[in-house]
Amino acid sequence: MSLATPKTSLPARLGTALLALAVVVALWHGLTAGFGIISPARFPAPAEVLAALQQITVEGYSNARWHEHVLRSVILVTMGFLVASSIGVALGLAMGASRAVEAFVNPIFLVLRPIPPLAWIPLAIVWLGLGDAAKMMVIFFAAFVPSVINSYTGVRQIDRPLFEAAAVLGIRGARYWREVLIPGALPSIFTGLRLSLQASWTTLVAAELVGAVAGLGQILNQGAQDIFPAMILVGMLSVALCGWLMTLGLGWIERRVMPWRAP
Amino acid sequence: MLQPPLAPARFWRLSVAGAAGFLALWSLAALAGLTSRDFLPAPWDVVARFAQLAVEPFAGYVLHEHLASSLQRFGMGFVLAVSVGIPLGLLMAWFPWVDRIVSPAFETVRFIAPIAWVPFAALWFGTGIGGPVLIIFMGAFPPVLINTYRGARQVDRKYIEASQMLGASSWRAMTEVLLPAAVPSIVAGVRISAGLGWQSLVGAELIVASSGVGYLMVKGQASISTATVMSGMVAIGVTGMLIDVVLRRVQRQIEVHRGL
Repeated sequence: MSLATPKTSLPARLGTALLALAVVVALWHGLTAGFGIISPARFPAPAEVLAALQQITVEGYSNARWHEHVLRSVILVTMGFLVASSIGVALGLAMGASRAVEAFVNPIFLVLRPIPPLAWIPLAIVWLGLGDAAKMMVIFFAAFVPSVINSYTGVRQIDRPLFEAAAVLGIRGARYWREVLIPGALPSIFTGLRLSLQASWTTLVAAELVGAVAGLGQILNQGAQDIFPAMILVGMLSVALCGWLMTLGLGWIERRVMPWRAP
Repeated sequence: MLQPPLAPARFWRLSVAGAAGFLALWSLAALAGLTSRDFLPAPWDVVARFAQLAVEPFAGYVLHEHLASSLQRFGMGFVLAVSVGIPLGLLMAWFPWVDRIVSPAFETVRFIAPIAWVPFAALWFGTGIGGPVLIIFMGAFPPVLINTYRGARQVDRKYIEASQMLGASSWRAMTEVLLPAAVPSIVAGVRISAGLGWQSLVGAELIVASSGVGYLMVKGQASISTATVMSGMVAIGVTGMLIDVVLRRVQRQIEVHRGL
């Protein structure tokens, strides 16, 4: 995907993409294995990466096979993200709807907000060790803050006439939330969810890098310890692939939930 | 109906109640004696530890030396990201062929979490300064590039055509038309970059560093001193906030200067 909107047809774009990929792989092979300009101890050749990929999918690497590493990380992120974002969105909506809730929660939030997600990792390890509980805690804080902020701003950005119309029509209670507040705030809520998901993914990988039994970060960690560049690259590409697929998934949900905003 | 703002007195009462409730719960949990105070320190323990870290070296240095070394790394990575991101963004906006080459590579690299560069950072740079700088660069680079590119693409074609008609070269059109017109967007991108760079720095220091606030936290974690870890979190949070305040002021200045 180019940063600009593409205008050519799909088969043509696919052809160009394949050609570009072939050129990149050829260049990569030339630089590493072919002419040895980049030493294999620094960056792996394409063939080595394929071999590493085969090794991890068939025999396994660092306690588990590839799909087990991926599943473990993806399940942890999904669970942590779901818990954190549902609490976060609810709190953000409440803060947006009620000035009293906002005033009450704000001081705590002012403290939590500037702390980078990754900075929770040492605290989580002190409190919960290297297991899944610590990972959940880290993901929770990473995902919580963006979903609160964006749900809150979402409510505050709803057009005034909408509120006035709702008041005139006597919409209140549960209907007010379901038909005015939540739909009005949805675009911003989804912006928050996307940021939350990204933050959870990055933070989980970091937490696994620091210490884990299995997971994508553990592939990276073990690869670094074994000085196995090909496996490190496999780990990095897996991190990118999963992050990308999860973002796509969220985008798909977003289009289902807000059909009126579909381009 | 969206509620009107609270009266100031009520707002402050509620805010103070919220803060006090939070601190009271925390203190009670710490004082209840269910766990050791090292594990769950009371708020004043953290304050005391913070003050102690500022005068007594921990993990080799006192707190402000750790901060200085973090800021130095951050500065290098951030400046590098900005000085590569802005020119590259302009080139991509100006020459379609640059865009076609850089975009796919960039889109692939962007999805790799900055922290996932840690193993290569260690492999390429060992424990040198290059490792953290690479990771900060990877965190801070995308927003500058994207915002420069978008800002430059949104420049009204009229100005570009007018400048070309008047005989401006590609270089002059880029530096004297595209760049100034894209500045508001670039500055917004730089602010996001600083935030992401600072976050990535913390991650980098947790793993590949032997000084810095992140390193201080790792050492605190290793000696199971929650108060030390929390002091580090406070130091990181406050510094990150200060960086953002400074950049926001710069952004405001530029906007005022341009009459936005």
